[in-house]
Amino acid sequence: MANYNLKINGQSHQVEVDDDTPLLWVLRDHLGLVGTKFSCGIAQCGACTVHINGEATFSCTLPVSSVGSSEVTTIEGLSKDGDHPVQKAWNEIDVAQCGYCQAGQIMNAAAFLKKNPKPTLEEIENAMNRNLCRCGTYHKIREAVALAAKII
Amino acid sequence: MEKLMKTNRRDFLKVAATATGGLFIGFYWSGCDSPKMQVLTDEEVLSQAFNFNAYLSISPTGDIVIYSPNPELGQNIITSFPMIVAEELDADWAKVRVFQAPLDNEKYDRQLTGGSGAMPHSWERLRKAGATAKFLLVQAAATKLGVDASELTTSNGEVLHNGKKKFGYGELVSDASKLTAPDEVPLKDSKDFKIIGTPVKNVKNNEMFTGKPLFGLDFYREGMVHAMIQRPPFGMKIKSVDDTGARSVPGVTDVIVFKNNVAVVGNSTWPLMKAKRQLRIEYEPDGPIESSFDHDRIFKELLDSKNAQVMRKDGDVDAAFKNAAQVITSEYQCPFLSHSPMEPQNFFAHVKGDKVELVGPTQTPERARMETAQLLGIPKENITVEITRLGGGFGRRLRADFVVEAAELSKLLDKPVKVTWSREDDMTGGAYRPAVRYRFQAALDDQGNMVGYKLRGVGINAGNSTRENNFPSGSVDNLLIENIDYKSPITTNAWRAPITNFLAYAEQSFLDEVALAAKKDPVKFRLDLLARAKNNPVGEIHYDIDRMKGVIETVAEKSNWGKSKELMQGFSVYFSHRSYVAQVADIIMENGQPVLKKITAATDCGVVVHPTGANHQVRGGIVDGMGHAMFTNMTFENGLPKQRNFDSYRLIRMKEVPEIDVHYVDSGYDPTGLGEPALPPTGGAIANAIFAATGKRIRTQPFIEQKEFSEIRLQIRRA
Repeated sequence: MANYNLKINGQSHQVEVDDDTPLLWVLRDHLGLVGTKFSCGIAQCGACTVHINGEATFSCTLPVSSVGSSEVTTIEGLSKDGDHPVQKAWNEIDVAQCGYCQAGQIMNAAAFLKKNPKPTLEEIENAMNRNLCRCGTYHKIREAVALAAKII
Repeated sequence: MEKLMKTNRRDFLKVAATATGGLFIGFYWSGCDSPKMQVLTDEEVLSQAFNFNAYLSISPTGDIVIYSPNPELGQNIITSFPMIVAEELDADWAKVRVFQAPLDNEKYDRQLTGGSGAMPHSWERLRKAGATAKFLLVQAAATKLGVDASELTTSNGEVLHNGKKKFGYGELVSDASKLTAPDEVPLKDSKDFKIIGTPVKNVKNNEMFTGKPLFGLDFYREGMVHAMIQRPPFGMKIKSVDDTGARSVPGVTDVIVFKNNVAVVGNSTWPLMKAKRQLRIEYEPDGPIESSFDHDRIFKELLDSKNAQVMRKDGDVDAAFKNAAQVITSEYQCPFLSHSPMEPQNFFAHVKGDKVELVGPTQTPERARMETAQLLGIPKENITVEITRLGGGFGRRLRADFVVEAAELSKLLDKPVKVTWSREDDMTGGAYRPAVRYRFQAALDDQGNMVGYKLRGVGINAGNSTRENNFPSGSVDNLLIENIDYKSPITTNAWRAPITNFLAYAEQSFLDEVALAAKKDPVKFRLDLLARAKNNPVGEIHYDIDRMKGVIETVAEKSNWGKSKELMQGFSVYFSHRSYVAQVADIIMENGQPVLKKITAATDCGVVVHPTGANHQVRGGIVDGMGHAMFTNMTFENGLPKQRNFDSYRLIRMKEVPEIDVHYVDSGYDPTGLGEPALPPTGGAIANAIFAATGKRIRTQPFIEQKEFSEIRLQIRRA
């Protein structure tokens, strides 16, 4: 067990956990930030996607000991009022079915659009292919990322 | 034309002027999409709202509270149910707040999500819920104004006289809720619908897209412990457990062996994942221990067995096949599948003496309660079930295994407990789609007419793997449908569109083979069979011939069936869960390679209540059907699945999805269900298009693991 001082959504958080605890479980079990989802636990599905210094990262396999002073952003901190362009596009296109994967999809899309604000559809597909959606909302996700690119 | 509906069902017996109360943890409305003035909190609205019936309360402020009783797993009834109530109420949608109702079988019938049945079951009830309240509000207004109710109209949450607003609904609720609900109420004509049929935004968007706690796994309770469970391989029981290593993991507080399970308990999830790997459990056989090659052998043996259950028999099949000009025989096989909802199984249970609190994602809250009551010997009245949002279900959450184990652990620990399944637990924990192999045979006369049809299904714990009264039954003079069910220790369960999710692929591929042998166009071949069933039916017909014909003709038109030399097309049609869906898959050749570009679907699900939700179900069903037909396999070795997570269990991804073009046929029916019916036709449409393009017939799922398929090198790109 060790103490970690994490910068999450612009705030500092202290946790005492084992070094190998994935950031995902620190967020969910220790800090009550449950928007970041557990699904596969082996970096295959993207439901746990957060931003580490702006980079979309799978938090389920990221040990807390490697986070250091990096800036962590979770879905709860993506915007103050849920009005990040990607969130707005997700609402406008009404993307979700069960919704469980969508926080991870949104986080991946937001990081992607920051790097590539005017993507082609093929670039959108390449970027979003790492996030699974078991309900099959892929058409809507693609559409929403394209819309978000327009309104950013 | 208005319909008069009787309202004497039990959901209307509760009409009383009592304010609603109750426990609605974690559910609150805060739409980010509309300019709602969120003046009052939900608690404030609920505390002053007047109850009109099981679905509807209205506060004097005009805020409208609608309860959605059925579990929400992505079919979006939490939006579409309230839309129906609000429609008949003539409510201002902006003032509607939606709550998930907890299990309450005094108020609600069939409070479950399964069988694509929620909408067909509730359609009338929900309409009446809104219409009855509107009727009472108008009566109250008429009394206040001293006019006849027939002089009043309603619109957007207001009662009008001569087109002028007289009252907002809120001003009338106190009086209206004291009136006796009528036995019959008029319902709107569908041409007057203002909310039904419009793309209302999902009422949970804001919460889903900002990471609010919604799902079972998001539920935390002060003082609860976490648990994870190691369950045995199929056909095995525990011989010994060495938990030394597991107990030494910091954060683990307990290890408990119960009913062939080993639970690790602690104060957070991660130590339990580590501890579970440290468990040393020795198992011993407790029945047959099976591997996939055993199943392949069993299929072969049973397809030739003399003993099969006859499910349907018409005419003289032996004579028909003996005298046939041509006999076509084919076998098709589909593997076990895991449901794999994105949210792994989980449940919270707190056993407090003879009372139990259950919270979590279940498709069948009543079953959760009943099985818990049986297990613990506690009256079911003492058990509450709070339904969280479900991160997918696909049939896996129809079971209650993940509920009762949490209840049992809570009792053993005497603490509130949340049991979390890892992905590996979810995938190895049983209740799979059964594996099935079919043998089809068709007899053609010298005119190419199908005069004989035989189907034998052999399933591993599949129950009846046929749908003996489904098409083409009724259109063939001599027909024999047989079933053999092999009992295995590998557990199976309903999986989205049970049985039909693979039967449709097999049957629709086989009918394509028969049409080809008969030298008939595949669409014309089906239409001819339907015409035969209509004009001169053989035995009982359990499907609606006109509705099936409607979707076939629509999909043929919308897909330009047979009109393009460039397109290699595959056709499929299926009836399941009261609705009809026909699909055409398009393959074109690009640089000498086949590319799957598009699937066109025509659906008859009756009234489309919520177009966004309907499109989601059709597209999602097609993506689901396609992904599992093409990519996904679950095989067994010594009672254990070899695929244990998404690295080896391949689910379809964004780049593997073609364009999907969705159309509806308006047959004038009330809603007939849409959670499942779009899935079954897809595998067949794709397999038939592959044949049209390449001459290769793929008779086993998943396609990608078949030798013929690897030679084709099919690409998928959107048009």
